[in-house]
Amino acid sequence: MNLNLTLLGQMITFSLLVIFTMKYIWPLIAKALQEREATIANGLAAAERGRRDLELAQHKVGELLRDAKLQAAEIVDQASKRATRIVEDAKEQAHKEGNRLIHLARDDIEQERLRAKADLQHDITAMAVAGAAKILGGRIDISANNDMIKQLLSEVSSE
Amino acid sequence: MIEAPSNPTQYIQHHLTNLSWSVDKANAGFFTLNLDTLIYSILLGGIFLFLFRFAAKRATAGVPGKLQSCVELMVMFVDNLVKETFHGKSKLIAPLALTIFMWVFLMNLMDLLPVDLLPSLGRAVGVPYMRVVPTTDLNLTFAMSISVFILVIVYNISIKGPWAFFKELTCTPFGPYLFFINFPLAIVHELSKPLSLALRLFGNLYAGELIFILIALLPWWIQWIPGSMWAIFHILIILLQAFIFMMLTIVYLSMAHESH
Repeated sequence: MNLNLTLLGQMITFSLLVIFTMKYIWPLIAKALQEREATIANGLAAAERGRRDLELAQHKVGELLRDAKLQAAEIVDQASKRATRIVEDAKEQAHKEGNRLIHLARDDIEQERLRAKADLQHDITAMAVAGAAKILGGRIDISANNDMIKQLLSEVSSE
Repeated sequence: MIEAPSNPTQYIQHHLTNLSWSVDKANAGFFTLNLDTLIYSILLGGIFLFLFRFAAKRATAGVPGKLQSCVELMVMFVDNLVKETFHGKSKLIAPLALTIFMWVFLMNLMDLLPVDLLPSLGRAVGVPYMRVVPTTDLNLTFAMSISVFILVIVYNISIKGPWAFFKELTCTPFGPYLFFINFPLAIVHELSKPLSLALRLFGNLYAGELIFILIALLPWWIQWIPGSMWAIFHILIILLQAFIFMMLTIVYLSMAHESH
């Protein structure tokens, strides 16, 4: 129980333990702890940044999607308008073409009729002249009486 | 084989006797070494250094293993305590506090081993006496507290300067004209630090060990009731005493850094 030389021995032991801890244990652990702290802080910051980036990206995606939808709707609209116009144009064209053909046909018919009428006039004139010549017994100067006959004929044909 | 002690008095005395080696075999005076205290304390100190050095060498900023986490937890615990209490820069105080805590804790932990286990093994191989709890030896507790006290004096002189330290000893609390009262008061105040530090740890552990010895004297079929109760309570005491020793060391050293 008495104090003895053990005291000195323990003091030496204690100093050695403390010096060893101070030199070879504490600095290493403290350094590792600091580094880990920095790493974790960086990691957390990076995660936060990533989260913000993601949010921004999602926002952007939404915007793009909305724009795209709008554009698509516009394109569809334009296309349908264009299609309507094409159909309208085609209809108009066809209508015009039809009218044109009808006019042409009518013209043809008219000409045909006029020609037929002229032929008929000519034939009737000849027949009338021939008939009159027979009746009158001599030849009639066609050129002299032509005007009269023509007038006659036009009166007939206009009836 | 050495004879086991036969009656309770002998048994207790046997348990409270150190294995010692003296220069003067006939008269065990100051020049005596308590071999059991030295060997166990150095062994436990070695375990502490080995474990912590092992963890420290492998310490990286990466994900820590179990041992490393444990060691880091201790380091952070001590570091925070030191930072809260001690406002200044010192490379020594935090490692010193860690060493004190771990060493005292490990030595106290020996108290939880069955009280007869190691001494009986020692007797079987021819070691007559063995006290396995180094903190129940005044030599050890005083060695630590005197070392701390020397550090306190050194810091007082080196941080404040010898003249300021001298003035603090003589001129507080009653002013320079009552130095003949101040000085003895200051000396008592300073000397009470290592004394209380050493005696508190020693007293707690000595009493704890004594109670374990007394419990061991009870009949075998009743021992487990007081034994287990005291052991569980003792877990608190050994931690608390290690913590108190460390905490007071930090406080004394920070007091040495700051003038009153």
